[in-house]
Amino acid sequence: MVEGQIPIEEYDTGNTKHKWDFKKLKQAHRVVFKYSYKKGKVEKGYTNRTLYINLSKKEIKEKKVTEEMKKIFTGGRGFGLKLLWDSIKPTTRWDSDENDLVITTGPLCGTTQYPGSGKSLCLTVSPSTNIICDSNVGGFFGPYLKFAGFDAIEIQGKAKHDVVIIIDGEKGKILIETAPLEETDTHLLSEQLTSMYASEDTDKSRQKVSVVTSGKGAENSYWGCMNFSFYDIRRKVPRVKQAGRGGLGTVLRNKNIKAIITKVEKVSGISNNPADPVTLAKIGTKLHREVRDLDRYQCNMRAVGTAHLVEIMDEYDLLPTENYRFGSFPKASKIYSPEFYKYFTKIIPDGCWHGCTMACAKTVDGFTVMTGPYKGQKVTVDGPEYETVGCGANMSIWDPLWILEFNFYCDTYGLDTISTGTAIAFYMEMYEYGILNKKRCDGIELCFGNSYAVLELLHRIASGDKGEFVQVASKGIRRVKDWLIKNGWGDKNLIEDCGMESKGLEYSEYVTKESLAMQGGYGLTLKGPQHDEAWLIFMDMVNNAIPTFKDKAEALHYFPMWRTWFGLNGLCKLPWNDIEPANNAETDDPTKVPEHVQNYVDYQSAMTGKKITKEELILQSERCYNWQRAMNVWMGRGRRKDDWIPFRSMGPVTDMEYISRKDRYDRYLAEKIGISEKEIEKMNLKEKMKILYDFRQDQYQKLADAVYFRRGWTPNGVPTPQKMKQLGIDNPEMLKFLQETIEKDDKDGLNVWGGKYGKGEEPPSIQPKYWEKW
Amino acid sequence: MDKPKTVKILKFHPEKCDGCLLCEKACSKVHFKSDEGGDKSAIRIIKDGKSYKMHVCDQRGLCLDMCPVGALQRRKNGIVWLDKEVCIGCQACVGFCPIGAMRKSEARIEPFKCISCGACVRACPNGALELVEVKIDRIKEVVYHNLGAE
Repeated sequence: MVEGQIPIEEYDTGNTKHKWDFKKLKQAHRVVFKYSYKKGKVEKGYTNRTLYINLSKKEIKEKKVTEEMKKIFTGGRGFGLKLLWDSIKPTTRWDSDENDLVITTGPLCGTTQYPGSGKSLCLTVSPSTNIICDSNVGGFFGPYLKFAGFDAIEIQGKAKHDVVIIIDGEKGKILIETAPLEETDTHLLSEQLTSMYASEDTDKSRQKVSVVTSGKGAENSYWGCMNFSFYDIRRKVPRVKQAGRGGLGTVLRNKNIKAIITKVEKVSGISNNPADPVTLAKIGTKLHREVRDLDRYQCNMRAVGTAHLVEIMDEYDLLPTENYRFGSFPKASKIYSPEFYKYFTKIIPDGCWHGCTMACAKTVDGFTVMTGPYKGQKVTVDGPEYETVGCGANMSIWDPLWILEFNFYCDTYGLDTISTGTAIAFYMEMYEYGILNKKRCDGIELCFGNSYAVLELLHRIASGDKGEFVQVASKGIRRVKDWLIKNGWGDKNLIEDCGMESKGLEYSEYVTKESLAMQGGYGLTLKGPQHDEAWLIFMDMVNNAIPTFKDKAEALHYFPMWRTWFGLNGLCKLPWNDIEPANNAETDDPTKVPEHVQNYVDYQSAMTGKKITKEELILQSERCYNWQRAMNVWMGRGRRKDDWIPFRSMGPVTDMEYISRKDRYDRYLAEKIGISEKEIEKMNLKEKMKILYDFRQDQYQKLADAVYFRRGWTPNGVPTPQKMKQLGIDNPEMLKFLQETIEKDDKDGLNVWGGKYGKGEEPPSIQPKYWEKW
Repeated sequence: MDKPKTVKILKFHPEKCDGCLLCEKACSKVHFKSDEGGDKSAIRIIKDGKSYKMHVCDQRGLCLDMCPVGALQRRKNGIVWLDKEVCIGCQACVGFCPIGAMRKSEARIEPFKCISCGACVRACPNGALELVEVKIDRIKEVVYHNLGAE
């Protein structure tokens, strides 16, 4: 770190300054309906109420949070599941009137002492998957929502015209106002609203406002993200973090919500009113010191954020390149983190919530936009994070400036960079094979590496272009697959195997071909292929620490449960293992980072005043995890067939993928499948690929068998009532539904293991209905 | 506003110190209206063999960049000042202070630090403490916190 400071008043981003007539904007607002509430106090991390808004019925009410609700669902994402269960139907779809958009906090959310404690958890029925999608996001909104008086906000129904929702924690008022004249795109809208709703014209006042926005891209695609702002008193701009996955911003705009604004009177170190602030400060300070002393030798988050992963992934053949065909690329060094470090603004506290000294939220200030409606303007680009850079590699874009351009427009248009990048990479591969072409792509030359074409597609999506390709492409890979197959363009199997989606959601940016456990980490998930449930590649592939199916299943039980826990509490996962104590490697279980797990045990106890163990933390997650899976089943999606993953995530789909890693795959055929070297030499490429294909598909099914069993589910992946009861869940409606589902699966012959077990191999259980004996 | 060029910082004369800790008591009076000293004092006198060491903020200001809400500012007189009304108690400055001179007492969530008020200097019966004016640019080289017994 450079010594010497940028005084707060003196820092200038060099961004284009905008002048708006705020009076005019405000005068155009009309209050549609409103509500006054008694300001409450946060007690030991909970406000003990949630806010319900129905935009169709013009209704606002408070819902009580009971002790029972806290016991079963803990908070955060758990509360979101409970609220959704009470509000939606199995037939609810993303654009149904009754679809519920929920933003929750969690009991530890808003703590300032422990890094990574400002996360909001957003849930809704996703346009991509038709099941619940949860997304974890930084920014000030979650903490402010809680300090304004609510553990969560849920929004049902749709407004007739574009509205903003104001949660005024200063005055104790909720207002739903029309907002016809404001911008729609995030970088402008969040700046307008932050200024308009700050109590005074000062940076400190603007810092007490946070807004949730999306953009024009979200309106016209299934990739809409929600941007959560956090005003930066040094850069003097509201910066944004994204609830990216699953099209939550699309739902926001479908409800005609332009923005949700929350403001607070005051934030202090004890706004959560913790039971034991002294312990909180102690464990928080301990972690700050670890970050201070060790980050530069570990992940270097404070300097380059998550972008430090680019070079590591490239080195281990895990950086998705040209739609996951390869895991490394000769040009990749052009987008390694030092290339972005050149552009990042330095030595500014870059936490997306107060007190996060990991400070991974980097920006490029004064970036000159190169295309589209904001061409020539200078803006702050939030990021890029690893995933966004990974999208660059996936689309074969090796220029940091074009990755920044892609990043900027995705954010301001309200598009998830991951879904957008992964999908475009697939379209590019189809273009290379001639399955798509310029004509079929509405005149866009969407070939690998064509940055202009990528941006052109984004601008057309945002402008509401009615071209057939733009229309279907913006709905994601799943819909494009169906469209290509329906038109008879290309080979169906090739299309299915290349398009990196599962459950309708696009993959995030890791190559999983050589790690079976990580294939499960993407496929055997609740919302779809996102690495937030488990990241097991090194443990599995590099260190070979989980060799058997049982070992892998244990990891695919523990880590998803552990990582779910962050979302129940309003936390970020990064300070758990992206910084490790100096002696972590010498502990009995380094992958779990035992000292940090203990921090979290102490942290939750210090907040709620309830003594707890590390085993109980996992139990808290297991309740919610199983509940969400059960809701997936309830909505018709949570079974073995829905945990299907494309073969591109398991192995080589095309000849060139095999040939480019021939030694690796030949060795695999010999060592893992037991084919003699002589036989391998005799085989042609097609034969070898077929054997590999069938073997790895079977491996994945066997993995699913082991994981379902470990998680307490049936062989078809359905949570059992017995397991639910063990977890303390006794909701009769839920238990009855699960029982009936399992009986129906039984009649249909679906309660059978998926793997083909040969001599000397055994499925996880040979007992039929093993769960009934639990 | 012109940037302050100099600041007063504490200088310690270990040969004059008898370890009476009246300085700490005077300091905790300033910060917490308490004469307990110890954890409530921004200046600490530490026994080191037969002699004593002083441990206190050198007004270097590396913490200024750590504060997410701008509660830490260098004032006109050059000292690094923590505004506890603005502070949100995150302890980032406490954790990152390279010499551990940003302090936290159990009495409140917001940290506190030496403000070069001179209360300790006045309280010392032996003249072991002194406020000296130094150029801010040169503080790094001066590093008075290290003065005292080895």
